[in-house]
Amino acid sequence: MEEAANQMSPAVQQSKTAYDNIKERFGDAISEFDANPTMPFFEVLDASRWVDIALYMRENSLLQFNYMACLSGVDYPDEGKVGIVCNLETIGKYTHKIAVKVKCSRDGGSIPSVSCVWHTANWHEREAYDMYGMVFEGHPDLRRILCPEDWTGFPLRKDYQVQETYHGIKVPY
Amino acid sequence: MGLLDARVSNRNVLVTSVDNVMNWARLSSLWPMGFGLACCAIEMMATNASNYDLERFGIFPRSSPRQSDLMIVAGTVTMKMAERVITLYEQMPEPRYVLSMGSCSNCGGPYWQHGYHVLKGVDRVIPVDVYVPGCPPRPEALIGGLMKVQELIRMEGLGISREEALKKLAEKSVDPQQVIDQTRKAATA
Repeated sequence: MEEAANQMSPAVQQSKTAYDNIKERFGDAISEFDANPTMPFFEVLDASRWVDIALYMRENSLLQFNYMACLSGVDYPDEGKVGIVCNLETIGKYTHKIAVKVKCSRDGGSIPSVSCVWHTANWHEREAYDMYGMVFEGHPDLRRILCPEDWTGFPLRKDYQVQETYHGIKVPY
Repeated sequence: MGLLDARVSNRNVLVTSVDNVMNWARLSSLWPMGFGLACCAIEMMATNASNYDLERFGIFPRSSPRQSDLMIVAGTVTMKMAERVITLYEQMPEPRYVLSMGSCSNCGGPYWQHGYHVLKGVDRVIPVDVYVPGCPPRPEALIGGLMKVQELIRMEGLGISREEALKKLAEKSVDPQQVIDQTRKAATA
């Protein structure tokens, strides 16, 4: 384990330190640390605690993840799940950054919204909903953001089939 | 040949048909609607600007469909935009012309297969008179397309429908390969 820690780049080590802090507070609610050299990440296993974790990450004086760089959606058809990946960074005192993954069921699953923690998440979550169809519980305005509001299906799901017509206009080529 | 190419002599009197005068007036002041949808719009703006100077053809963009003769569909038409394009087209007074600029509005372009949100050709919602290929077309190509619209207007007349005019225009078509070969030969000579 120590050898592995030695192989980590300084940036990943910083992320690991931040992760250890969160792990100590939330224990089994989050997964093990993945020392991905491009973007180290962990997964939130207990999605119901996601808002608590997010608030802790923003407010803790040693973490101060005050900047959400990105929130993306992912489809995992083999696991029957869809999820999000949040790229969190800190601006000011520290330089560490980390990615957080949260998953939910593909059919009718939901993830708590963190738009109250980072306002950036508001539109990002709307886009993830638009493309993948997971519901963000507690989102103030969960509507489609890019597709028309009466569009059928979620276009970035792996099994997406485009609709034949939209308002009487043929859609496929 | 344009009307003014005829030599005017004998006390500046010029005898011609009403059709000719009408068509000359219409084709010499084509007013396109000033709207662009994607990267093609940048080329369209470049064509309007001083380097290519569309105003020498009497073409300059109007900010309202109600004052426009021509709609240049410059760019990717999304399904959301398609309905707005129809509305804009319906607001234009007749006689109106549509020029489809670039691959996206011609047939969906690079989005033809996986672009779920893209209308695969603006001719699915409004009638198109002239298609300009390219991704995006250079200003020269757009000017070529606009001159094709002018030619189409020249084919029109009292009692001649748009379909007949388009047919007459098609009969006058030129094989582009010959023009390319000719230009190439002239360039290398």
